[in-house]
Amino acid sequence: MSEISEQQVAHLANLARIALTPEEISSLTSELDTIVDSIAKVQEVATPDVPATSHPVPLQNVFRDDVVGQTLTTEQALANAPESADGRFKVSAILGEEQ
Amino acid sequence: MARDRVMDFDKALELFEPVLGFEVHVELNTKTKMFSAAPNGFGDAPNTNISPVCLGLPGSLPVVNEQAVRYSISLGLALGCSIAPMSRFARKNYFYPDLAKNYQISQFDEPIAFEGQVDVELADGSVRTIPIERAHMEEDAGKLTHVGGATGRIQGAEYSLVDYNRAGVPLVEIVTKPIFGAEHQAPELAKAYVATIRDIVIALGISDARMERGNLRCDANVSLRPRGQEKLGTRTETKNVNSLRSVERAVRYEIQRQAAILADGGTITQETRHWHEDTGTTSAGRPKSDADDYRYFPEPDLLPVVPSPELIEELRAALPEAPAIRRRRLKETWGFTDLEFQDVANGGLIAEVELTIAAGASPQAARKWWTGEISRLANVNGVEATSLVSPENVAALARLVDAGTLTDKLARQVLEGVTAGEGTPEEVVEKRGLAVVSDDGALVAAIDEALAAQPDVLAKIQDGKVQAAGAVIGAVMKAMRGQADAARVRELILERAGQA
Repeated sequence: MSEISEQQVAHLANLARIALTPEEISSLTSELDTIVDSIAKVQEVATPDVPATSHPVPLQNVFRDDVVGQTLTTEQALANAPESADGRFKVSAILGEEQ
Repeated sequence: MARDRVMDFDKALELFEPVLGFEVHVELNTKTKMFSAAPNGFGDAPNTNISPVCLGLPGSLPVVNEQAVRYSISLGLALGCSIAPMSRFARKNYFYPDLAKNYQISQFDEPIAFEGQVDVELADGSVRTIPIERAHMEEDAGKLTHVGGATGRIQGAEYSLVDYNRAGVPLVEIVTKPIFGAEHQAPELAKAYVATIRDIVIALGISDARMERGNLRCDANVSLRPRGQEKLGTRTETKNVNSLRSVERAVRYEIQRQAAILADGGTITQETRHWHEDTGTTSAGRPKSDADDYRYFPEPDLLPVVPSPELIEELRAALPEAPAIRRRRLKETWGFTDLEFQDVANGGLIAEVELTIAAGASPQAARKWWTGEISRLANVNGVEATSLVSPENVAALARLVDAGTLTDKLARQVLEGVTAGEGTPEEVVEKRGLAVVSDDGALVAAIDEALAAQPDVLAKIQDGKVQAAGAVIGAVMKAMRGQADAARVRELILERAGQA
């Protein structure tokens, strides 16, 4: 149990630019923990003779022709952006935060 | 930023053996993006070539561009790689706003092409075989502009602006295995390798391969190990190397920088380094160790790519000739001497010269322009020759010289205008009024004026001392602002002085 810590959830939320309250962090931590535990159960039964599955449907080679289709206008693209300038998405400086 | 200490290059090579590795990203010139029908274009207004897939909007789903797969297989084959009977896309997870999805669709343990090799020719005529580990398909990221801070670089920026036009453009990343034994030729080999990849993708017609536009980008891995040591040293990965010239310089610099640290008993940090063209140095980016956990997993939104053996053979049959064979053929066709051809090859200008000849220039004219004046201008401005002028415009310039519209000297001025963005050579001639004055009337008027101003010279010429005409030619050329054919001026002077 408890592979996921509240610190990890808070860090992830920060990276994803999602504002979470302490209560939300707490509830998400236990929810994610349950998910991780469930996956761990699947791993127990997944013996080496079971091939990894990434897709439930056995299809392959689904392609698209190289033909231009519809695009969004700049206004549509930026409609949900919290901030924008000069037709572009405005984001806070990145590298300074990482260091 | 503190300046790094560097060791003399020869001294560094005495103490250490450099080991190289390259990751070259090639942007494919398909009409649309890798996973969406949005146009793959360059230089358009920000955020116009985008679809919901490019923005990672909820509910949008990627679909693979078949042309991009064909191009990738062709490139893999040209690199002597095996083509995977089945390959899969994978998500590379990271948080950075250059991709809105928080992951890049790439390939991980099942790349489309693997285990190849490519021959690279060096200036001394020797050939080195570079081992290729893999070539895989992925999508390019958006473009960030850092605002604020002193230099517009990442460091010190207040905020960044994101344009997703490039997000989703098809890329092939070519990864080499470690390259040993390059020794003193390591910097040159780096440049020659990237030039060879560039020649290959141009010959295949699958990329515009313009480095200054980022169509072809190289990350150079360099590590050093003390002579006699088997264990590999810690490597750095230098990014932002956007010209053939910088690839060579960046590798040389990293060898010198790392040698100085190691010789002092220091250790190399495994990190990304940014190349700075202006100072010719690298600076530390993010440390690699923790950023390397990309939590790859198979992309659930896409299905495996299973190329049929028939398709692979069809593409193999359509491959252009290998670079070494192509070079031999071109050298012969163009009638270049060894030295002339090497000049072109070392400048990474084979494709340019070929395109210029195709656009109507003679081989010698094409060679002289590219390895001469254009390379000189590129050096002076610290840019790549190929970014200065198009082969079509060079051919047009050569035509104007052949037709007698321009002297070599005037043509150089026209070239300057073309590189300054004033238009085609014809337009620059028109705008700057640079054509040779072939109107004898205008020349005669200038000659008469010059002769009247120097009566003693006129007397000498009339005395049979025709070499005295030189002084008048100078005056006339000055009056004509250099836009006259000196030989014709001389003829006319003698005529006016009654000596012709």
